Amino acid sequence: MAPLKNKSQPPCFPKTPTGIAGLDEITEGGLPKGRTTLIYGEPGCGKTVLGMEFLVRGAENFAEAGLFISFEEEEQSLIDNLNCYGSDLKALIGKRLLKVTQIDLAAAEIIEAGSFSLDGLIAHIEHDIKTMHIKRLVIDSLDAIFSVLTRKDILRREFSRLLRWLKSNGITTIITGERGTDSLTKYGFEAYASDCVILLDHRICEQISKRRLRIVKYRGSSHGKDEYPCLINSQGFSVLPITSLKLDFAAESNWVSSGIEDLNRLCGGNGYYRGSSILLSGKAGTGKSSLACAFACAAGLRGEKCIYFSLEESEQQLTRNMRSVGIELTELLEQGSVKIQAFRPNYRGLEEHLFEITAAIEAFQPSCVVIDPITNFITVGSNDEVKSMLTRIIDHLKSRGITMLFTALTPGSGRPDETETQVSSMVDTWIALDLKLVGNSRHREIYVVKSRGMEHSHEICELVMSENGFSLRSLTQEQIA
Amino acid sequence: MNQPTDEKWILKLYIAGMTPTARRALANLQAICEEHLANSYSLEIIDLVESPTLEDGEQIFAVPTLVRKLPPPLRKIIGDFSDKEKVLVGLDVKPGSHS
Repeated sequence: MAPLKNKSQPPCFPKTPTGIAGLDEITEGGLPKGRTTLIYGEPGCGKTVLGMEFLVRGAENFAEAGLFISFEEEEQSLIDNLNCYGSDLKALIGKRLLKVTQIDLAAAEIIEAGSFSLDGLIAHIEHDIKTMHIKRLVIDSLDAIFSVLTRKDILRREFSRLLRWLKSNGITTIITGERGTDSLTKYGFEAYASDCVILLDHRICEQISKRRLRIVKYRGSSHGKDEYPCLINSQGFSVLPITSLKLDFAAESNWVSSGIEDLNRLCGGNGYYRGSSILLSGKAGTGKSSLACAFACAAGLRGEKCIYFSLEESEQQLTRNMRSVGIELTELLEQGSVKIQAFRPNYRGLEEHLFEITAAIEAFQPSCVVIDPITNFITVGSNDEVKSMLTRIIDHLKSRGITMLFTALTPGSGRPDETETQVSSMVDTWIALDLKLVGNSRHREIYVVKSRGMEHSHEICELVMSENGFSLRSLTQEQIA
Repeated sequence: MNQPTDEKWILKLYIAGMTPTARRALANLQAICEEHLANSYSLEIIDLVESPTLEDGEQIFAVPTLVRKLPPPLRKIIGDFSDKEKVLVGLDVKPGSHS
């Protein structure tokens, strides 16, 4: 994922980019270079994966060698478990960019008989600094050692000594720990890792897994303060695109056609602003998908790219149905200027959808995006969650100057529901569609509810759809009455 | 070092440089061994600063660590061996049986 333009102050001290999508954005550049970051959370929250991802990205993207010291999982099972996240650890190990060292605390009975130091661990790390030039280190997890050895006073003293030693050697380190009940972590590790502390959380809500990441502390640096959704999938660990803290998107004054001449006129002359967000709302059968396709098709015919996320109809269905209103998508799909991605929203959680959508957009690099209809996401999340997800999508696309069109299904009552009301406040242009009964026939009506910065018409028009395309007509006296 | 006649205890002592703690641990250990395991043990000293590999399988992180290879089971005694009772328990020597 391309990094967002960094509009904040440059960091006052060097940072080590993690290479993890999203994380470098909210930490404004990465983890504190040459210092220790504590990552803590419940078992199963993804500490190990995040730690390994930090080393893998470091090796692959920045050619920095890394050492993973595991006190928990066996080397082989660790490699097996993480290989399924898409990284070929063995290849990196072969290139001496990665080393996994396992210290099995259960292999032998351990008896303590007096004072000790962690110089054994330091000797191993020092060896790898000299021979592999490691720059990144993960120790997973401290709890394992603390639960085996009883002399916590010695361990505390030795750990702070170890971390000072790592700092003096310029090694960027992640230590992992379990969440505690009284203090942040079970054994109070936050006292040592005072530079940067990150909390991971994994919860199951209504049978859908949700992961969250929060930066609890980042000394000397500003950082995103929210809880950010994150995801572990076949691409590894990623933090989802963030909501921009500032509203300073470039305001385009170029136009992009709605695909319908008459609708362009209704909007104020030339269509929608490029890089703006448009909502088309209406009851079932009012022509939302058709208008959305007209927009997508126009983009394709201009030689631009448009991706269409279809949550109700398959590509084949959509292509066939659009022929009846004079929209021919087949050729554009074959050319690759229009792409339809159809899926049912309820097969995954919102976060995964957000990730998939942004990943598809990154891969396809469109100038226009359609989501039809966004109201279907209500089935997998609450109103607030859907709103939060949409804010993220809108911010993400706006920062890239992409024009986005959403459709929203209005319930049969005709009164806008909560989602629609919430969404409409986030979009720049809101066009409403309606069905009216006149005599014994129904006709479609269309009007612009709002359009920021545009001299739009306030007229309610009739929308006529035929195989020759779309047209807008002024209402007749009979229709008004 | 001692010349064992009948090696019942095979011991490996891991240190990281000959620090004051390492010296103290070695002195404590030798005194305990001479007193309780005379002529029936071997003691190898491995300095991790000189040979810092985990590949030998002992996975040492704390020093000093005494690994009891024999008699089984494998056991690790961590510390400067100032706690003599713990060392004797770790070696499976019943205190007083040799005195």
